[in-house]
Amino acid sequence: MAKSENELTWKDLEIGCIVTAPGSARQYESGTWRSQRPTYDFNKCIKCGLCALYCPEGCIGQNKDGNFEADLFYCKGCGVCARECWTRVIKMVEEVE
Amino acid sequence: MATRIGVEVSIAVADAVKMCNVDVVAAYPITPQTHIVEHLAELVANGELDAEYIPVESEHSAMSACLGSAASGARTFTATSSQGLALMNEVLYVASGMRLPVIMAVANRALSAPLSIWCDHSDMMSVRDTGWIQIVTENGQQVVDNTIIAFRIAEDPRVLLPTMVHLDGFNLTHVIEPIIFPEQAEVDKFLPKNRFPLPLNPDRPVAMGDFAPPAIFMETKWAQEVNLRNSRKVILQVWDEFNKIFGRQYYPVEKYHSDGAKVLLMTMGSSGETASVAIDELRDEGMDVGQVRLRLWRPFPFEELREAIKDADVLIVMDRAISFGGPGGPVASEVKAALYNQAKRPKVVSFVISLGGRDTTVAGFKDIVRKGVEIAARGSKNEYEIYGVRE
Repeated sequence: MAKSENELTWKDLEIGCIVTAPGSARQYESGTWRSQRPTYDFNKCIKCGLCALYCPEGCIGQNKDGNFEADLFYCKGCGVCARECWTRVIKMVEEVE
Repeated sequence: MATRIGVEVSIAVADAVKMCNVDVVAAYPITPQTHIVEHLAELVANGELDAEYIPVESEHSAMSACLGSAASGARTFTATSSQGLALMNEVLYVASGMRLPVIMAVANRALSAPLSIWCDHSDMMSVRDTGWIQIVTENGQQVVDNTIIAFRIAEDPRVLLPTMVHLDGFNLTHVIEPIIFPEQAEVDKFLPKNRFPLPLNPDRPVAMGDFAPPAIFMETKWAQEVNLRNSRKVILQVWDEFNKIFGRQYYPVEKYHSDGAKVLLMTMGSSGETASVAIDELRDEGMDVGQVRLRLWRPFPFEELREAIKDADVLIVMDRAISFGGPGGPVASEVKAALYNQAKRPKVVSFVISLGGRDTTVAGFKDIVRKGVEIAARGSKNEYEIYGVRE
């Protein structure tokens, strides 16, 4: 799909909204569901990766420093990572515009 | 030459499906649909029909199997009735949402409780908003013709929508009628191969019925709605073409002595023929009365309805279902909605008749017409009248 989902008109859709190419779910910005956002104190991070294992969205990966961090395009703000983190790196804060 | 033979209508439906060279039948037997699927099973078992017959464990599974079959591009048929249609309900929305041209004969029957195996239209009304095309028939010939027609409409690349052909349980399914069967070669000419544009195919994978986020769900539903509305044009075209080949014409609203008549009786389904006899007798007695029959329930034929009733002062609408606690019969309710904004419109009188197999006779229809005219003249505090209930 060349257009993003927010630009598609009803005429652009395949019949029955059939998906003809893989990877379309990647376009879905589930981050818009978020009411809380993870914040990090990477000084405490032991890079165990437990947060990434528990993340139900699978949106946590290692950043350039090797610390684990959520991709906010997909992160729904559930807070599971903050709950599971052994060293209390992650703190959930309210999303404010 | 086409042959005319006396045959039970259910058997004739199965034979018509065979002539359409269906690929898959997935069905669960339920009275009064049983003979249709029994005969199809027989045709497959005898090697007379080269198709997969899937004997599923419920109607929910029947429709689910039909989804898979139609999604692969196979020509797909099922049939059900009443509780079976109710059990299919959630899957019906999936079939139309995924735009799969499944064809289903629905032997109209009352919904429980209390248990009734007999005819009314409560089952077909319960699936009114599922996004299927719904064609309603009046006699055996119409069922056979419209079964063949339904495949052609549903599989048309401009349509791609599942289609129900409604035949009244027992009143049609279990009667023996003289039916003209077309020549196989003519059916083959009329009905091209099913070519679903994006079938399930390992060489070109697709995903169907996926998650649609709020950003595209409404677009998807609107596309479906536009398509169902636009299918009307294709249906008209296919009916015309059927007439050219087979010599029988169908219309969304069929007229019987209705042009210019001041009083009109509106029927849908098999009781229309009994009502026609009542119309004949009333006309012989000097009454200015005609009949209109609704052949197409979805998409609703707004234009044709408005045209057909334009001369009438009184329109008496028959329903074989109750919208409980609502405006009355579903047909009358929609007819009123279709006419409300018209500058000139008849008084609409709504009657609910013939629930759960109760017969309305010729004398009954004459009585209804007379009562309807009287109610139109004096007005009524009732949203609708129920006919024949003992006080």
